[in-house]
Amino acid sequence: MVLTQQRNIVTRTWGSSVGKKFVMAVTGVIFLLYVIAHMIGNLKIFFGQETFDAYSEHLRTLGAEIFGYEGVLWIIRVVLLASVVLHMAAAFSLWYKAKRARPVGYQHKGHQGSYAARTMRWGGVIIALFVIWHILDLTLGTVNPDPAGGAYAKLVASFDRPIVAIFYIVAMVALSFHISHGLWSGIQTLGGNSAVKQHALKSFSIVVGVVIAVGFAIIPVSVMFGLVR
Amino acid sequence: MRITLRVWRQKNADAKGKMEKYKLDDVDEDMSFLEMLDVLNEKLILQGEDPVSFDHDCREGICGSCAMVINGTPHGPQKNTTTCQLHMRHFKDGDTIDVEPWRARAFPVIKDLVTDRSAFDQIIQAGGYVSVNTGSAPEAHATPVDKVSADDAFDAATCIGCGACVAACPNGSSMLFTAAKVTHLGLLPQGQPERQTRAISMLAKQDELDFGGCTNVGACAEVCPKGIPLASISRLNHDVLGATLAGARAD
Amino acid sequence: MSELQQEPTAVQGEGRWLLGDPIADDRAPDSPVGDRWSDRKFSARLVNPANRRKMTAIIVGTGLAGGAAAATLGEAGYHVKSFCFQDSPRRAHSIAAQGGINAAKNYRNDGDSVHRLFYDTVKGGDFRSRESNVHRLAEVSLNIIDQCVAQGVPFAREYSGLLDTRSFGGTQVSRTFYARGQTGQQLLIGAYSALERQIAAGTVEMHPRTEMLDLIVADGRARGIVTRSILTGKIETHLADVVVLCTGGYGNVYYLSTNAKGSNVTAAWRAHKRGALFANPCYTQIHPTCIPVSGEYQSKLTLMSESLRNDGRVWVPKERGDNRPPNQIPEEERDYYLERQYPSFGNLVPRDIASRAAKNMCDAEQGVGPGGLGVYLDFKDAIGRLGRHAVEAKYGNLFEMYQRITGDDPYEVPMRIYPAIHYTMGGLWVDYDLRSTIPGLFVGGEANFSDHGANRLGASALMQGLADGYFVLPTTVPNYLADGPFDPIDESHPAVVEAVESTKGRIDKLLSANGNRTVDSFHRELGQLIWDQCGMARSKEGLEKALDRLPSLREEFWRDVKIVGTGDGFNQSLEKAGRVADFLELGELMCTDALHREESCGGHFRVEHQTEDGEAQRDDENFSYVAAWEYGGDQSGAKPILHKEDLEFSYVHPSQRSYK
Repeated sequence: MVLTQQRNIVTRTWGSSVGKKFVMAVTGVIFLLYVIAHMIGNLKIFFGQETFDAYSEHLRTLGAEIFGYEGVLWIIRVVLLASVVLHMAAAFSLWYKAKRARPVGYQHKGHQGSYAARTMRWGGVIIALFVIWHILDLTLGTVNPDPAGGAYAKLVASFDRPIVAIFYIVAMVALSFHISHGLWSGIQTLGGNSAVKQHALKSFSIVVGVVIAVGFAIIPVSVMFGLVR
Repeated sequence: MRITLRVWRQKNADAKGKMEKYKLDDVDEDMSFLEMLDVLNEKLILQGEDPVSFDHDCREGICGSCAMVINGTPHGPQKNTTTCQLHMRHFKDGDTIDVEPWRARAFPVIKDLVTDRSAFDQIIQAGGYVSVNTGSAPEAHATPVDKVSADDAFDAATCIGCGACVAACPNGSSMLFTAAKVTHLGLLPQGQPERQTRAISMLAKQDELDFGGCTNVGACAEVCPKGIPLASISRLNHDVLGATLAGARAD
Repeated sequence: MSELQQEPTAVQGEGRWLLGDPIADDRAPDSPVGDRWSDRKFSARLVNPANRRKMTAIIVGTGLAGGAAAATLGEAGYHVKSFCFQDSPRRAHSIAAQGGINAAKNYRNDGDSVHRLFYDTVKGGDFRSRESNVHRLAEVSLNIIDQCVAQGVPFAREYSGLLDTRSFGGTQVSRTFYARGQTGQQLLIGAYSALERQIAAGTVEMHPRTEMLDLIVADGRARGIVTRSILTGKIETHLADVVVLCTGGYGNVYYLSTNAKGSNVTAAWRAHKRGALFANPCYTQIHPTCIPVSGEYQSKLTLMSESLRNDGRVWVPKERGDNRPPNQIPEEERDYYLERQYPSFGNLVPRDIASRAAKNMCDAEQGVGPGGLGVYLDFKDAIGRLGRHAVEAKYGNLFEMYQRITGDDPYEVPMRIYPAIHYTMGGLWVDYDLRSTIPGLFVGGEANFSDHGANRLGASALMQGLADGYFVLPTTVPNYLADGPFDPIDESHPAVVEAVESTKGRIDKLLSANGNRTVDSFHRELGQLIWDQCGMARSKEGLEKALDRLPSLREEFWRDVKIVGTGDGFNQSLEKAGRVADFLELGELMCTDALHREESCGGHFRVEHQTEDGEAQRDDENFSYVAAWEYGGDQSGAKPILHKEDLEFSYVHPSQRSYK
């Protein structure tokens, strides 16, 4: 067999196309866990302004005895940011490799693979743009009509703008597609798929994607229909 | 039946190619796709035109030579069917059919529909074998293989190396091809000693040859004429992950 | 040899050939048949490992024989140059073999043994093969299975984890190892992976898409080949210490055959024209279970494994021209003719018998399907007995293949089958060491004539290819190389220059004809002629008709063939033209051989020589020999020269084959 040089685990991983997919799978798992927690937290909106604001404040005081005020939140933010950087770096690297791999395209384009699988890259771009807007809007309040308001107030103020609510819902549809394919793809990448399990795993991933997207999207819908004021 | 063909014509590797239109008036529905091209070529030769070059050999779906993208799908619309086994009864009178070569940097076009797929041989050279010299084999019954593993290994071993997986993959990845070999040998006891080094070496070669990276789109398995399961890729990933964590290397 | 030619007797062939000296194999040791191979292995000389690198072996063809030989000689440390016309060695036509590979493992405890495999093969070959070679084949069969399993060939297994076997035509034991319906593919991938391993190791230099167009014989030894790159059209020479041809059979002379479209006789025919004798060219095998022709445009025939006859029942309607759909023909109006005529072997009679029986039924206008050229192969009883699931597990991929091609579902409607040319037992003459009559030229696999006599049993081709490639050639080729080192030669050697010039001349001549007919139209005409006159049944009259027509067809070809394009680049019509030109010459030798052999044996059935009930009638007294033909020369009207190798049967005594 050919000689490959012994490298450390970082270059060994980043040096192969599958290694990059491992990075995407592991960071994807981090996102998925975060998104699930975030969604569950968001649903507290239906328990009223007080509960929701208290939950928002609780996130900041969580583990404060050890990590200080907002300490845990910052740790989560740093981990997420690092994951975003790695996930996107790997994605762009593979995107570039794919472009290189087919310099001349087909005249008659084929349509193999599911819609979700084929749109992962643009879906990811939509989600990234959405996240930037989302932070400016609801975390920093820069683009929020009620920048000084509490979490609840900011949220309601934001979704009172139908265009924002619709953008949010569209982003959730993209997220749903991304998870529907990404979760299964991550399992496949980490070696957990088999011919027998494949159908079940794919279905499971779609269910997770849809549940998460619905869990998020129900909030702007509720605001639009005046169920949350 | 009457068929209009639009075929990719390219004089040689360096020439610029384009789609050329040809009309055939007397296509029989029992003809194979390649027989239809034979009829076209006979016509072209008698008109003094260069016939369409295409790879083909066994014409019974096993040698893996024939390779063309038909209406955007490698090997055409029939599932689990190579081009040579595709029959014209799957088309309608009056259809226009687009025929193009495999498209991948690692499979450069040689002429018309003929591409150079020697990159696949190089991937095999990187480790797609069991290192056993002739004469050194133990008695065949010395190592039983459970039927389930043997059958799964067989499913992967049916790969004919045609390259449709690469042609269909939006990333131009040869992952299904590599995974089929890694799965075939990795499931058998004979393949165990080299299992991790095989996976890592073949993958490294595939990356080096400018195939794209796999993003689990699944187009490969959809067009695979032999129905190689997509889960083979998961097995390859599994072996690569193990090798990466363990720091296995091939030498 | 040609000095001692004598005119043949008028009765024998009316001056169509000359009779030369007898020929004999002097390589098989004189010991009892069971000891010959081990004695030969011991007496074979060896080459010092340090010297092997300096010895170059050219191996043409990468099928089971060529691929295995190249890999094995590479492992041993020789410098191997391997050639194939396909784009990858993995695509050699061995890949298409479906059914299985025989080996005398006796895992079934059903009475099998090396001796029985030997016996069955000699008998199956209708007593026209050489006992020593066949016995070695049977011995080596054991090692082949071990070797393939170690390489990771996924043979079918039972729930115990042990290897499964099945029975095949012509035998009553279950000794055929198989990998679903793709045994050839799996074995070839095994040999191919061993070959690729050696390519990676640097011992084998691979030349894909390279076609051998001539053999270089310098100072009495085969020293190299002239090749044409299919990609660039470049004519090149490759020089070596030994040349091994494993280039397959010549079934494509019939145009429609089960061979791959690219399979050709060129390498072997060029060697023949350079002095190698061609043995038994008329022994061609017709496979009984192929998908019938559907129209004019038909480019090849598709075989379905003979293993189908294990469970399928062959029948035709009892009434002539019965056009009813098969499912509407009641049981009592069906003629299960194989079961009726051969009660003990039934549907499992050897290939030649099954084929001829189908032809007889169709000649009697009981055939079915387009043109009445087909018989039914029915699985209704098997599905009833074993269940659809079991039938699917055994034959699923064959059924799918049938349905893909014909559009009919064999689970519902009986298959239609018809015989087609499938294998050629004839080939370059070799001795026990697989040496041709040119020193330094070895021939393995289907390209030689050695092991199958006048008829090959099912699942024996894979066995022979791998036996030659893994075990025989790697013993006998070094024995030859131990004679070396031979005088170095280079491109300026007159023999090299002459071979290159004549190759270029041929190509120029083909390109300059610029006539009115395509290569394929000539090939079809040749194929039809050979099929009609030298196919399933042959007659003196028909063969003479063919022999009269062939020279003019050949002349027309060279005058009127039309090839578009040039020689310097990818040109598939030019490749085909060169091959068809050689088939046109070979066809003539086949017909001459068939005409001279005034008996029926195995795949060679002369209508003048049959028993009262229509069975083949051998003439052991006059024809128990191998007919090895020497090329008569290029001048027009030159006659081939016949050298006879007498066959001795000390262990298996010739008897009329009976499968009743």
